[in-house]
Amino acid sequence: MKRELLKFGVFAILVLLAPLLFSGGYLMNVLVFVGINTMLAIGLNLLLGNAGQISLGHAGFFGMGAYISGILTATYAWNPWFAMPLAAVVVGLLAFLIGFPILKLKGHYLAMATLGLGIIVFIVFNETVDLTGGPSGLSGIPNLTMGSVTFDSDVKNYYLIWGFTLMIVLFAVNLANSRVGRALRAVHDSEVAAKVLGVNTSLLKVQIFTLSAVISSLAGSLYAHTMTFVAPASFGFNFSVELLTMVVIGGLGSVYGSFLGAALLTLLPEFLRAAHDYDIIIYGGLLMLMVMFMPGGLVRGVPDLFRKLFRRGKESGHA
Amino acid sequence: MLEISRITQIFGGVTALEDVSFAVKKGNITGVIGPNGAGKTTLFNIITGIYTQTSGTVFLEGKDISGLPPEKLARKGLVRTFQNIELFGQMTVRENVMVGMHTKSSCGMLSCALKTPWSVSEEHRIREGAVRWLEFAGITDLADVTSGNLPFGKGRLLEIARALAVEPTIMLMDEPAAGLNSQETLALGLLIKQIRDMGITVVLVEHDMELVMDICDRIVVLNLGRKLAEGTPREIQENTEVIAAYLGEDD
Repeated sequence: MKRELLKFGVFAILVLLAPLLFSGGYLMNVLVFVGINTMLAIGLNLLLGNAGQISLGHAGFFGMGAYISGILTATYAWNPWFAMPLAAVVVGLLAFLIGFPILKLKGHYLAMATLGLGIIVFIVFNETVDLTGGPSGLSGIPNLTMGSVTFDSDVKNYYLIWGFTLMIVLFAVNLANSRVGRALRAVHDSEVAAKVLGVNTSLLKVQIFTLSAVISSLAGSLYAHTMTFVAPASFGFNFSVELLTMVVIGGLGSVYGSFLGAALLTLLPEFLRAAHDYDIIIYGGLLMLMVMFMPGGLVRGVPDLFRKLFRRGKESGHA
Repeated sequence: MLEISRITQIFGGVTALEDVSFAVKKGNITGVIGPNGAGKTTLFNIITGIYTQTSGTVFLEGKDISGLPPEKLARKGLVRTFQNIELFGQMTVRENVMVGMHTKSSCGMLSCALKTPWSVSEEHRIREGAVRWLEFAGITDLADVTSGNLPFGKGRLLEIARALAVEPTIMLMDEPAAGLNSQETLALGLLIKQIRDMGITVVLVEHDMELVMDICDRIVVLNLGRKLAEGTPREIQENTEVIAAYLGEDD
């Protein structure tokens, strides 16, 4: 437990100090996205890494959070601080109701059902033009404010987003090391044994699906208020797959792995811009290599790699 | 304690169990034996809520428990172990037993994630409770090993420790000696007797006749989905029908 607290402390300090190192405007903007994607990856990882249930529709929950918050504030002039929790409650309620039937499905069938859910949500964003602005998007969403501070610059947004992200990290770490976290992992390893020991697995799966959707919705609302503009293209099937990739690349079931996956997949395309037209090939190639040689994700693969290198170094030192 | 009343199970035209009835006395070790395909595991799956029977009733302490899901049965004090041990392979031995204490704790998702003082003290209680069951099964030294890496015999002990953590009143064991060597089987026999002496009623399906005859107070024999005989180990050993079923009829 003490070790978990130490890890979190180091992580939080790094997060707080990062702006001092990368004060350049553009990178700060990218780091804001790393924060949002970290929240999303942690949310999805609770479901996929802990409970072993897949979702290909999480971009839909992300989008709903963004749109509900955006519409209430831009069109109906609500205070964003009221719009965000309302969006989370609505999305949570929806996930809870949908969760009961679809989480009875397993494996490929669950993937298909959540995929369908994501697609339906995406179509709604595009077609309800009066409400969402359709394919051209919704603009004029206000920034969040706190007292006299308006979160309208990259640095301010960085601290806003990462404040929330750190809370989600702590929340997820606590959950993973608790009675509920153990029950979730038990469902993953042997659902029948978990049931026999008294774990109400169907309810637990719906609960974690709901929590995961609520975290996605919160990330969506924050995204809307920092970008001040949302369009359906950000919430399509592609993004659901990207989230899944972050979770797998980072490390299934690991909170800090989710951060690594989110950071890699958000930063890599930026760095690969230099490679012009070849960036997508390098990107795809890297992902393939990662999955082949680090099936446990970055969070387990990188320490292993160092251990191997270190050992080899020592052996050659003796020779 | 546990009463099986006229259980019939039909799987798409195949009758796996036909009109099986017997009663298990409190504080006894009851063995269910029979040749392969007799319906022993099917019967276990019905009692423990994994299958729902075609007809018939299961009573636990006089109450109808037919059709209740396993998670509800656990809260009523009925647990089971599996023939091919079902461990949580990616979790440590200790964590496996801690999951066994799920019904004896109640902290919810939010309380756990926010680490309320109450959830912290409950976590302590779970951790201490787990130690007790690890000691009982004699696997304390393996507490921090990932359970997927355990040798089969130790895995069996872990599964028993985990089931005991539920603090059951009745425990069903599906072939507990399967895959164990003779020494491990001997130790298992002693452990099962110890479990009975704690006041837990034990029902087991088993092929190891030496073990069954040694530890069981009562034995029920199934053959081809029907109850063939019931009695003390001595009575069963002398029952000509049982001998015929096992050795084949001599015309």
